[in-house]
Amino acid sequence: MALDPHHDRDSVTGTATTGHVWDGIRELNTPLPRWWLWIFYATIVWSIGYWVVYPSWPLVSSFTQGVFGWHSREALVRDLAELKAVRGPMMDKLAAASLPEIMSDPMLLDFARAQGRTSFGDNCAPCHGPGAAGNKGYPNLADDDWLWGGKIEDIATTVRYGIRSGDPKTRISLMPAFGRDNMLTRPQIENVADYVRSLSGLSVNAKANLSDGKAIFQQQCATCHGDDGKGKRDLGAPDLTDAIWLYGSDRAVIIEGVWGGRGGTMPAWVGRLDDTTIKALSIYVHTLGGGQ
Amino acid sequence: MTAHQPPEFFEEAPLYEPRRAVYPQAVHGTYRRIKWAVLLVTLGIYYGLPFVRWDRGPNAPDQAVLIDFPGRRFYFFFIELWPQEIYYLTGLLILAAIALFLMNAVAGRVWCGYLCPQTVWTDLFQAIERLTEGDRREHIQRNNGPWTAERVVRAGIKHFLWLMVAWWTGGAWVLYFSDAPTLVRDLATFHAPFIAYAWIGILTVTTYFLAGHMREQVCLYMCPWPRIQAALTDEHALNVTYRYDRGEPRASVKKSATLRENGLPAGDCIDCLQCVHVCPTGVDIRNGPNLGCIQCGLCIDACDAVMTKIGRPPRLIAYDTDLNITARQEGQQPHFNIVRARTILYAAILAVIGGIMLFTLATRHAEAVNVIHDRNPIFVRMSDGAIRNAFTVRIINKRLEARAFALTISGLPGSFVEVIGAAPRSDGRVVIEVGPDQTREVRALVTDYNYALPPFTPVGFHLLDIATGERADTRDNFRRP
Repeated sequence: MALDPHHDRDSVTGTATTGHVWDGIRELNTPLPRWWLWIFYATIVWSIGYWVVYPSWPLVSSFTQGVFGWHSREALVRDLAELKAVRGPMMDKLAAASLPEIMSDPMLLDFARAQGRTSFGDNCAPCHGPGAAGNKGYPNLADDDWLWGGKIEDIATTVRYGIRSGDPKTRISLMPAFGRDNMLTRPQIENVADYVRSLSGLSVNAKANLSDGKAIFQQQCATCHGDDGKGKRDLGAPDLTDAIWLYGSDRAVIIEGVWGGRGGTMPAWVGRLDDTTIKALSIYVHTLGGGQ
Repeated sequence: MTAHQPPEFFEEAPLYEPRRAVYPQAVHGTYRRIKWAVLLVTLGIYYGLPFVRWDRGPNAPDQAVLIDFPGRRFYFFFIELWPQEIYYLTGLLILAAIALFLMNAVAGRVWCGYLCPQTVWTDLFQAIERLTEGDRREHIQRNNGPWTAERVVRAGIKHFLWLMVAWWTGGAWVLYFSDAPTLVRDLATFHAPFIAYAWIGILTVTTYFLAGHMREQVCLYMCPWPRIQAALTDEHALNVTYRYDRGEPRASVKKSATLRENGLPAGDCIDCLQCVHVCPTGVDIRNGPNLGCIQCGLCIDACDAVMTKIGRPPRLIAYDTDLNITARQEGQQPHFNIVRARTILYAAILAVIGGIMLFTLATRHAEAVNVIHDRNPIFVRMSDGAIRNAFTVRIINKRLEARAFALTISGLPGSFVEVIGAAPRSDGRVVIEVGPDQTREVRALVTDYNYALPPFTPVGFHLLDIATGERADTRDNFRRP
């Protein structure tokens, strides 16, 4: 058999074929440039270089470390250090400034709020919610109703020492369990609950004995909540005349509170968070909207 | 025939093609002069532009063209763009694409032949090659011979010059991203940031390889445009065309003279191969338009020189169309149909998009306000029963001086707005100061006592520059239970 060099050329284009034929259709040979192949080999060599210098192959209990000694954790530590260096001057300024100074410096205020926001998400959000809207028994921090005071210094003290936290300087007070401890009878509690609802204009059963409720209130409750029911912040006693109810304003909920007492707790953050963070947190909470 | 049966005969053709070296010969003429001029202008702009100054006052850089990544700004003479105005870049890219299509509709791959950076730098590198290693004939002879000392020295000088140009190309690149004179000084004293050296290195390597070594391979194998161009072009577009109606049949000067004397047909093409020798991509234009032809017109110059020498009319190769060749063969008048539906459409698209961009650029505001409603909590009940919504208000000041804006709201009669960190002034206005060329984000609290309103109430936020009276407005919803 004589080889005819033109036999396998495509008659239309004159291009040689690869010799591959499918159902009578011949594949034309349009060759890639040779350097294309070299680049493919070069990338393989490059990948071997990667194995050598970077951590790559898994071993039984470890992995190949690579000659560069690169480690993802070290990269993270380096990045964090860089971040700290970038924030450094502002952090120093924040640490040195007093609360009123921070409030009057827009740049510092923005910085403190940004720091406080992060810290709030990490530490406070589980109880107070990510937006500080609170929950039953956990105060909404964005409103203007404060149990222990809404001035920036008051907030800082609360964050620092907590409420009924066990810290020696904690904020502490007691709402007695009037029913459980047999200080008031069930009908008396119902009357005082009706009276409390009437203080903020909430609807009251027509048959309610408000005068008895008022008498009991003046006798038992006014010491902490005040004669007018407006509360006392140095005792953490809530204002009973406003629109905000920590546990709810239903008659049953109020009766439950008077019967069994109340006393939410908040941990002391001193020792867990540094001073600058507590400062930033206080500013963040104050500027949520309710600060006084 | 099925897949299992091998064909009876087949040629062992290689599946990978070795590179065929192209030694383009020096050429003189009209198109070569145009290419030199384009090369000088484009490279002049590229290398020189970073050093052009443009005074913008104390709060902005004075570099005419600057891409300021750390500051998130792009400066172009009197235009300053912010990241959110990136759509101007989108518009520019659309304009560039349509302009390319228009060029293609008028004169084929004129972009490839004259303006493409790959072509311009390759042209420069080939000029350096001819300067150091000699013109085509000399270069081929030396490359086919032994590695003499002279060949080594000449090649060495060539690669050194190539690397210098490549290095300078990378050097000019980084100057667009920082203050050019300062960066040049820092680079020279080795105080520049590592990233600057890294980018100079990258651009040096890519320029050296793409313009020095890859050349026409980029156009043949790497660039998508020749493929797209082939699909976009039509028979009316001017192409560098071998006028085979005049050129064929090819014969030597003497032979065609004899043929003509005897009244036999003789073409003007004398098969001297000058058109092939000068071609920077190594194609033979006489085979018709093809992928490798970048339509630079150097073969026109080469052929014209030959035609002049042998006393035949020039432009045997010319910017022409196959339609015209057919027309001439049939004794009709050739004509160039530049104004046609395709070119009109491209020009119209260019005008519309360019017009829209110009209009938005001319009427854009130097101030803006964006508002984001707090998602959690959506609203807050205050102790006196009022409902408060909190918003993050972002104020944008594109002027190069600090400005003060009064913030007011509308749509909620009886309500009021407070801003954290901006106590109301004595006249009761809430005024927020924003630094030059900056944005500022503030927390705004809107408190409303109107209990009768529905859960969603539209509320307008209005900024007023208290010095100039310029306004910016936006709106959002006031939410309540």
